[in-house]
Amino acid sequence: MAFGDQYSRWRVDRSRVPAACGLSGVISEDGAMIGGDVIIESMKVIHDRGNGLGGGFAGYGIYPRYRDHYALHIMFEDPGGRAACEELLEADLQVQESEEIPTRPGPGIEDAPELRRYFAVPRPEKLAALAIGPDDFMVQLVMRINTTVPGTFVFSSGKNMGVFKAVGFAEDVGEFYRLPDYSGYCWIGHGRFPTNTPGWWGGAHPFNILDWAVVHNGEISSYGINKRYLEMFGYECTLLTDTEVMAYLFDMLVRKHGLPLEVACRVLAAPFWKDIDIEDDPASRALDEALRVVYSSALVNGPFAVIVGFSRGMVGLNDRIKLRPLVAAVKDDLLYISSEESAIRQICPRPDRVWAPNAGQPVIGELKGDV
Amino acid sequence: MAGNMVTSEFLVQVDHERCRKCKRCTLNCGFGVFDFKDRVTADTSKCVACHRCVVFCPEEAITVARNPLAFREHSSWDVDRRKAIWKQAQDSGMLLTGMGNDLPWLNVFDHLLIDACQVTNPSIDPLREPMELRTYLGRRPDRVEVERSDGGFKLDTEVGNIIKLDIPIMFSGMSYGSVSINVHKSLALAAQRLGTVMNTGEGGLHEELYPYGDHIIVQCASGRFGVHSEYLNKGVAVEIKVGQGAKPGIGGHLPGEKIGREVSSTRMIPVGTDALSPAPHHDIYSIEDLRQLIYALKEATGYKPVSVKIATVHNVAAIASGIARAGADIIYLDGFRGGTGASPAVVRDHVGIPLEIALAVVDQQLRSEGIRNWVSIIAAGGIRSSADVAKAIALGADAVGVGTAALIALGCRLCQKCYTGNCSWGIATQRPELVGRLDPDWGAERLVNLINAWSLELKEILGALGVNAVESLRGNRERLRSLGLDEMTTEILDVKPAGR
Repeated sequence: MAFGDQYSRWRVDRSRVPAACGLSGVISEDGAMIGGDVIIESMKVIHDRGNGLGGGFAGYGIYPRYRDHYALHIMFEDPGGRAACEELLEADLQVQESEEIPTRPGPGIEDAPELRRYFAVPRPEKLAALAIGPDDFMVQLVMRINTTVPGTFVFSSGKNMGVFKAVGFAEDVGEFYRLPDYSGYCWIGHGRFPTNTPGWWGGAHPFNILDWAVVHNGEISSYGINKRYLEMFGYECTLLTDTEVMAYLFDMLVRKHGLPLEVACRVLAAPFWKDIDIEDDPASRALDEALRVVYSSALVNGPFAVIVGFSRGMVGLNDRIKLRPLVAAVKDDLLYISSEESAIRQICPRPDRVWAPNAGQPVIGELKGDV
Repeated sequence: MAGNMVTSEFLVQVDHERCRKCKRCTLNCGFGVFDFKDRVTADTSKCVACHRCVVFCPEEAITVARNPLAFREHSSWDVDRRKAIWKQAQDSGMLLTGMGNDLPWLNVFDHLLIDACQVTNPSIDPLREPMELRTYLGRRPDRVEVERSDGGFKLDTEVGNIIKLDIPIMFSGMSYGSVSINVHKSLALAAQRLGTVMNTGEGGLHEELYPYGDHIIVQCASGRFGVHSEYLNKGVAVEIKVGQGAKPGIGGHLPGEKIGREVSSTRMIPVGTDALSPAPHHDIYSIEDLRQLIYALKEATGYKPVSVKIATVHNVAAIASGIARAGADIIYLDGFRGGTGASPAVVRDHVGIPLEIALAVVDQQLRSEGIRNWVSIIAAGGIRSSADVAKAIALGADAVGVGTAALIALGCRLCQKCYTGNCSWGIATQRPELVGRLDPDWGAERLVNLINAWSLELKEILGALGVNAVESLRGNRERLRSLGLDEMTTEILDVKPAGR
């Protein structure tokens, strides 16, 4: 059964849903803790960039007690799904803790599925049997659950981080999940404006696999080939939305192919040949040529602005001709990235510097030490 | 009894009121239709409707029309079938023909529609923004490794030998012998100016064209005509021709009358002997033999890319996978509409499958095996316009090959009589007085004009799709929809029907 089939009540067909959106993100490079209320406050200002059909957040550093466990956030539409899913989890994982995700039902958030979280690690004997690392094991498990277990969707699977998302305006989603009760060193948020069909909880941003969380404003016009390319490497794009390819591409390029983040960004938003051809440094030119030749199918084309959270920070990136807004600012050790300057000024009235990153130029905030 | 029961296909009429008796028509017709006895007379039975006389008559005194001779209609026994039987009852031979399949099979390209942006994402104006068509061909690694070096990053992976094309369009293989030297010169000049490549076909490469080697793929076919070390090393890549879309499973036959001094020395066979290409390569009876030839050619050329050209037959996906695993860097798919200088009509018209379907299944097969990076796919045999180029690329082609379209640009009227060697346009002929009619500089300009026009159109399509690099269309079937195709074909093409 394909993933969309379980959610027929949410979907009218299996086509992708184009969406425009508002994004915001903040990181303390020193690893200072920032409350979840801060990112909610920022998202409030860009309320109008969403239309109430999807909002979400990812927080990093929020589960220090289980920092070495994968934190699985799972939504259940179907009680039978929960039983089947927990059976799978029990078979493959050592589950340290299992609990309901705390929520505060309020206005603007309706029709919530059952929401639970599991802190777990893969069973060593399972890893040994498959001869793969724990990350790959978790990716396979998440994809298996999401494609085979009825009415069940793993929407967060990283360590010491969590994704919280729902159908609703971002600020309402944040309050629903009681984000002010959490604190983390990095937060990203998203308000969605899908142009088709009622939103589905799983279709809200951020999209996540392992530690990668992507909030995205845009439409990936190259989706068809990005998806088919990822499928060649074992990724199943099941969510019927273009944003997930962004998460998987980062995962593949950085985690599996070992590319530095900056280099991965040069794959996703590749420089133009006209600029590569005149690069002075032959080593840099050779690298850019090789990236474009080898990773031509990973070029993400079409309008996009993304903020991608990862275990040590976040990166903001625009498409190669900057067709969607993205603004960055710094204040002391804090880096802010957002769709609009107003969303930054709301939580940082006097930044040291504010700028509009150039097309295809990543803005990267990374922890300086350990947290 | 009449010697020839086959009535003329065309009628040639000369308006003697207008005719000034300049006799240009008698000189221009390669098929000997015209004679002059006090006034111009025409033997209509010889006319192939190549229009040379019509175009060159200064008085517009000549008209060529389809013979309106009435036949009793019969839906099973159409006129062409009756004529075929008369011809074979008379001469007992295989019926020969030229150019591509002319039967009205379903043309899948004409049932695919391209997407465009509206509102939710912006289209891109190719006149204002960069729009990239650059294309690379050849095997590439699955991943790039980099190492950090003083503040920057350094490439730590060898990408290997690949071919750079400025546009995703190349000229298909047409041998010197089947076409004239001036066609080859036109193609070479145009390929150089366009930043793309031509393909020699199986007849070798005339020495005069050696300077264009950077824009030439040299072919090694079953007859090995013109294949020697210097030849192999002149091109940017070597192509092993296993099959041709117009005649899958069939060898070739260039009759001795076309083997003059120049063709003879280029093909390395005696003047006046028939050039017979065997149906199979007699050193390739299986896939492991292909591997040996691929690596022999790589060894001979310092590891230039090797392309393998096959006709699109039923089991093409598995065959292509084998070719990729045998070490080929490029797979050249020649669809059942691909052209030819000579083929038995029965094979041309009834053997093989459409390029579009073959392309879709080959691309998908290589992806499902995780080896799509190993090879580039060239789609050829039925590419008629920039729309076909875009659709072929969206189905999964890295680039396309054009042959028939290039010849039409040079004046070909698709009369399908290439095998007679009488081409009035100087294209498919070795008769010196006909060859001289095609000026390579004029020909090159026409080809450059055509391909530049297609490139502009392709950029416009990409811009409408909201992408600015051709790789974002490549294999992106999400941007195609089918209209009027049956469900199974749509599924095989892996496209959605219009409305979905």
